[in-house]
Amino acid sequence: MDAPQTSDGAHIGKSVVIKGELSGSEDLYVDGNVEGNIELRNHSLTVGPNGNVKANVSAKSVVIQGKLDGSVNASERVELRKSAVVTGDVTTQRIAIEEGAFLKGKIDIQKEAGKAAAPASS
Amino acid sequence: MKFFRSSSNQTAIPTVPRKLSRRSSGMGEISRLLNSQEGLCVLDMGATSANNIRFFTGQGHKNYSEDLLRSSLDPALRIQDSTGNSVVDSKKFLDENLAYPNAQFDVVLCWNLPDYMEEGLVKPTIDRLWSVMKPGGFLLAFFHTRDAGPDSTCYRYHVTGTDMLEMQEVKFAPPGRPASEKQSPRLQRVFNNRHIENLFRDFASIKFFLARDAIREVLVVR
Repeated sequence: MDAPQTSDGAHIGKSVVIKGELSGSEDLYVDGNVEGNIELRNHSLTVGPNGNVKANVSAKSVVIQGKLDGSVNASERVELRKSAVVTGDVTTQRIAIEEGAFLKGKIDIQKEAGKAAAPASS
Repeated sequence: MKFFRSSSNQTAIPTVPRKLSRRSSGMGEISRLLNSQEGLCVLDMGATSANNIRFFTGQGHKNYSEDLLRSSLDPALRIQDSTGNSVVDSKKFLDENLAYPNAQFDVVLCWNLPDYMEEGLVKPTIDRLWSVMKPGGFLLAFFHTRDAGPDSTCYRYHVTGTDMLEMQEVKFAPPGRPASEKQSPRLQRVFNNRHIENLFRDFASIKFFLARDAIREVLVVR
């Protein structure tokens, strides 16, 4: 299991429950429960192994190790680790999916401006 | 009904999942459709595969992923039937899965799902697929022949070329068990040609491709 990424960013621990809108201008690590919407624009969101997020997510990059129920919109990259359980549509330029990850939804790979898409990797 | 193979007394030795390649005539036909049109809607009902996402989205098609075999293992779906046997609640299963508008998909990749899915889910699932597919849409499914045997390996399928698939052994942890106790799903039944024709009787046409590896590929047109 990957260690929590806590450097230079906000951290929501596994005992924390948040309901509502979350927005910020720094990276966010969620290992607790979040219900609502998460908007980080130019920063990254990591849902830790204990994380349970029921939210539409918008960020630069999104790494999921736990559970996410909602749409994911990442301007650069989405990474589903082996323990990820994602129910919702994913829109991004690149997606990486580890063996064992579960995704139920539509995957929309958007081409980078001026480049042919090289979207998914295992 | 046993979903997983019984675990013997042998000590579990972690192994790297086997990967094999096979040529697929059915996938070849679907590739011809994908190459001839743009923006088709493809539903992949196997385990989430980055290969498949790359293959379909790279050609400009829309890719939907829904691992129905894994979803069917949700313990919350289990009820007792009139004789007291534990079965999957097919109504609840279809409330939570394959919830798409009618006539959404041009291509549905069932892979080997009907062979491994619990009996009570197979027909309702195929009926739902009929609804969510467009008229003229293609469905590809693989069925074991009798020669395969009950312990034949359950594979997931990665599309690696227009008619090439990489097969990777599938293992799940039984509900409520740790990941270290992963087992391969058990073949639930073997359909003969007549069963398969009955299963898809509402569809417009059905084509069989016999393969050397005890698999019948079935390409069905809605």
